[in-house]
Amino acid sequence: MSRTVLPGFRLALGCTLAYLGVIVLLPLTALVWQSAGLGWAQFLAVVTSPRALASFRITGLSALGATAFNAVFGLALAWVLARYEFPGKRVLDALVDVPFALPTAVAGVALTALFAANGWYGQLLDPLGIKVAYAPLGIMAAMAFTSVPFVVRSVQPVLEDLSEETEEAAATLGAGPVRTFASVVFPAIFPAFLAGCSLAFARSLGEFGAVVFIAGNQPFRTEIAALLVFIRLEEYDYQSAAAIAVVMLAAAFTMLLIVNAIQLWHLRYMRDGE
Amino acid sequence: MARARIGDGPVAKTVIISLVTLATLVVIIGPLAVIFYEALKLGLTTYLANLSTPDTRHAIWLTVATALLAVPINTAFGIAAAYAIAKFEFRGKGLLTALVELPFSISPIVAGVAYLFVYGAQGWFGPMLQDAGIKVMFAYPAIVLASLFVTAPFVAREILPLMQAQGTHEEEAAISLGASGWRTLWSVTLPNVRWALLYGVVLTNARVMGEFGAVSVVSGSIRGVTNTLPLQIELLYQDYNAAGAFAAATVLAGIALLTILAKLAVEWIEPGCSRGEAG
Repeated sequence: MSRTVLPGFRLALGCTLAYLGVIVLLPLTALVWQSAGLGWAQFLAVVTSPRALASFRITGLSALGATAFNAVFGLALAWVLARYEFPGKRVLDALVDVPFALPTAVAGVALTALFAANGWYGQLLDPLGIKVAYAPLGIMAAMAFTSVPFVVRSVQPVLEDLSEETEEAAATLGAGPVRTFASVVFPAIFPAFLAGCSLAFARSLGEFGAVVFIAGNQPFRTEIAALLVFIRLEEYDYQSAAAIAVVMLAAAFTMLLIVNAIQLWHLRYMRDGE
Repeated sequence: MARARIGDGPVAKTVIISLVTLATLVVIIGPLAVIFYEALKLGLTTYLANLSTPDTRHAIWLTVATALLAVPINTAFGIAAAYAIAKFEFRGKGLLTALVELPFSISPIVAGVAYLFVYGAQGWFGPMLQDAGIKVMFAYPAIVLASLFVTAPFVAREILPLMQAQGTHEEEAAISLGASGWRTLWSVTLPNVRWALLYGVVLTNARVMGEFGAVSVVSGSIRGVTNTLPLQIELLYQDYNAAGAFAAATVLAGIALLTILAKLAVEWIEPGCSRGEAG
């Protein structure tokens, strides 16, 4: 690779590193530092307290549920956008970005209004005995809404690039549509699908704004980890807040590593396929 | 005759498109529609009155003031980061790219708490700043800082793929013809990515104006002083003033819709230039 003659490398890199240092790394270091001040035994006592464990369980399970919803809905949406031409396709494609552009607090009040007992959706679900607002399902609904774009935008480009020949070959060899999907199409999109699901899951783990409005926020039932951090802060219990926040940070880093590993695998997969 | 691809039969196609459209109606249009319905159901006069209460007006003003500072700073950062990553080869590039995207994976609440431990009373610089009489926490500077953290990756994410695809030939030509580095950046590099850059800026703006979690930790939510628009929505909602909360929410929902229109426009002008968020 030839050396580039472009100027400004040092300036651009220097500014980038300095900015990241001050805006991103400094606060994260301060957070880890603060929780380290607790000492290991105290740290463990905070993060394994029944209320903290309950909040981790609620956050994790709700995020799983939300991701499962988006695995199905996101895949179907990506399929429709990648494979078909129909009037209104542009609009449908643009709507996928709504959960990204809409502030989470706005999503939170909107979902709460929809799922409240007298709301548009609540009216239909309430007689069936299904409670969403101020119940665990509400957390899932809020997380699902805010993470809709991840699976769609990960899978859509891969579906668009899929060659027709392999599918036709499978059909020619006598495979039905279900078999063709399961053994030809799905394996090809699987890495992208998994990456999208992991991103959706990671985003759901950290979601706060949309959830606090609809969850009802009862300890041990509908209290997510991010809210527990917030409550500890309001009680001026900064070290407990730091400890729980560090666990969330560690979860975010783990998810980031997993997503990166999947994307590397995906890249290799694509290259091998060529 | 070779069979069509799976799912291309007329019946399957119609059924799948209808189901997905219906689901999108429920999942995405429903929440959007209910905001405007709840805000306007008591009439336009009430709506406008709700929007012009002093606290809501102040929240709108504070939100705009935050964006006016945070958006240009993160735009400059995004350009610098994308320029360094796209146009040069160096060791640790993968790590730098991951670092630029890091705020994207961190919960806004975690970001807010982290800032508290730098500039808060019990943080590293808090006591020092207090002695100097500089108020960062629970004031405008903290709101801007938290917004900067949360929206740092957006401009770089939008322009980086395009800059990488374009390579360095045009810039090298400009330099060899005697243009200065700044001139090259201004008349070659940036014009080449202008639409993606525009969308990145618009998206950064929407996210700055809508940031809730991080800002709610660092702002102190002081009514009429440090409440941004999303915090004002929460406050009104907790005061059982749903109409007021939804009126404030329509402002942010409107900005979100404009953001999406901007994306549509950018894609229409230059197909394939904006790549969506995830992935």
